[in-house]
Amino acid sequence: MQVVKAVTCPVCGSLCDDIELTIDDGKIVKVKNGCAMCESKFLGYCGEHRISKPLIRRNGELVKASMKEAIGKAAEILAEANYPILYGWSSTSCEATRVGLELAEEVGGVIDNTAVVCHGPSLLSVQEVGIPSCTLGQIRHRADLVIYWGSDPWSAHPRHIERYTAFSEGRFEKSEWRGYLTKLKALIGRKKIESTLRRLFLKKQPSVSSVPEGKVCPTISRTGRKLIVIDVRRTKSAEMADYFIQVEPNKDYELLQAFRSLIRDQELDVDKVAGVPVEHLEEVADAMVGCSFGALFFGVGLTMSRGKLKNIDAALSLVRDLNMCTKFIIMPMRGHFNVTGANTVSTWQSGYPYAVDFSLGYPRYNPGETSVMDVLLRKESDAALVVASDPVANFPRKAVEHLVENPLIVIDPHMNATAQMADVVFPSAFVGIEAEGTAYRMDHVPLPLKKVVEPPRGVLPDEEILRRILSEVRKIKKAKTTEEA
Amino acid sequence: MEQKSKLYVTLLTGRTIEQGVAKERGKSSSEYAESVSVCYMDPEDMKQLGIKEKTNVQVSTEYGSVVVKALKSLRAPHTGIIYIPYGPWANVVVSSETHSIGMPSFKGVSAEIEPAPDMPVLGLEELLKKQFRKG
Ligand code: SF4
Repeated sequence: MQVVKAVTCPVCGSLCDDIELTIDDGKIVKVKNGCAMCESKFLGYCGEHRISKPLIRRNGELVKASMKEAIGKAAEILAEANYPILYGWSSTSCEATRVGLELAEEVGGVIDNTAVVCHGPSLLSVQEVGIPSCTLGQIRHRADLVIYWGSDPWSAHPRHIERYTAFSEGRFEKSEWRGYLTKLKALIGRKKIESTLRRLFLKKQPSVSSVPEGKVCPTISRTGRKLIVIDVRRTKSAEMADYFIQVEPNKDYELLQAFRSLIRDQELDVDKVAGVPVEHLEEVADAMVGCSFGALFFGVGLTMSRGKLKNIDAALSLVRDLNMCTKFIIMPMRGHFNVTGANTVSTWQSGYPYAVDFSLGYPRYNPGETSVMDVLLRKESDAALVVASDPVANFPRKAVEHLVENPLIVIDPHMNATAQMADVVFPSAFVGIEAEGTAYRMDHVPLPLKKVVEPPRGVLPDEEILRRILSEVRKIKKAKTTEEA
Repeated sequence: MEQKSKLYVTLLTGRTIEQGVAKERGKSSSEYAESVSVCYMDPEDMKQLGIKEKTNVQVSTEYGSVVVKALKSLRAPHTGIIYIPYGPWANVVVSSETHSIGMPSFKGVSAEIEPAPDMPVLGLEELLKKQFRKG
């Protein structure tokens, strides 16, 4: 048995790089340090959902085919298309994305990554307002106030709080894990006492109170690292927080602007903003101004609800205002492990982070026009290549309708909804498990992904499959030009 | 309490840890389908509709309608808000409006919810077949 240490986890944007894998007989048998999602991926990568051979649709059925045949078919589809879409990229390596961009340029298509349906609006706002940022390491060692807005790290980035923020042990800031445990014990104790009393004396039904907890909040003014959560729902992360603000759906923008006013010492002449009493907001605003290093993490709760990029504009501006009085940074909680890398590589190669259109021979960028969702909704594309992503499961129905109407090529290790609809399916090796590569953490730190086991026989990494398709496309195009000449 | 046959609610979609774990295991797994074909509701709202946990409900918006299983939200109170994890079921009812920036509205969509004990929750393949006549 062999133990591989310091493996980077290829699941979410936190890219935890302290995973230990035990390998026995070419299989991963034990995962140490990872969260539930990480374990699920490392232990389940070879499950029954794995695609083992290339598939081609014949008479409405997906049937096994040889690699050569599948490459030929995929290249033919792409070379013949007028306006193909190349979509996905956030769960593969930077190296594969680089080949993808080359391919997009070659076939004159639109290349877009999953950022378009998660933090696309954030990128747009960053281009307008700018972003004060730092690394997660700096936050771990120095941040004394951490805010999660519209994001539930406990569910989407399970180790984020423990590794990088409130519960991590930093050089200058201590972990607040113990404090949380004490709070939890006290809470459980109180609940027990309450329910016993109820059972013994009152025989009353338990009541659900709708008043937000913490009217006067002793925890927010205490010393040490503080955790604030702002969300439309009381998430698990909210339960861990020192202070939770429940904002009404679609009202984040108002709340952000209210904070901006409070930070400038302006009076608000309303009692409530977005359903939250102004006194509560004042307490939080005081904590923001009073901290020495604050970090605001925001999730898709801001980018997907009403206001979208304007919400992020307001959040970035709030942090800019805060930097007039203290040190504050802001960071989007990136979902897939390499979505940041997909944006970065796309920017190196084309100048733009996503939604790049090569149809005129040079890169054009205008989200809303050249973004995959809009191209689909306008029914303009005539073929698609999807890499390491599942748009059929993640796009609104109307967009999917057009996607599946046209020839569809899928490169993915697992069978998923998109692969089921495809005309050509390539099985691929898992980057970070069966193939190496580079990925960017949410704070733009590039980390190497390891190859720890061999892929199933005949299964190639995304990068290699794309290279083969690209060279085949070039051949077809060359043959065409000589024919025409 | 007065019972209603239908409630007008705000639909949120998002991630859950169950969905995260199941999607890594494999998207054609039954765990995945089970983790995303549900709708978390406030217990008060469930009472109003007169339904118990695991009753099938139909969620309809301007964009479509889908049958999912109602579960009691552990994160209550949030009356008037229902929550469906991201996935093919949620996609049937979310808005495709991108407001010219490429991002559809996955959160904060107005919806109606009604009990549908006699209608089945479709499996992934049936759902896709019904929606797109392919697969
Ligand atoms: S938090 Fe994210 S990166 Fe870290 S182990 Fe869990 S899934 Fe992997």
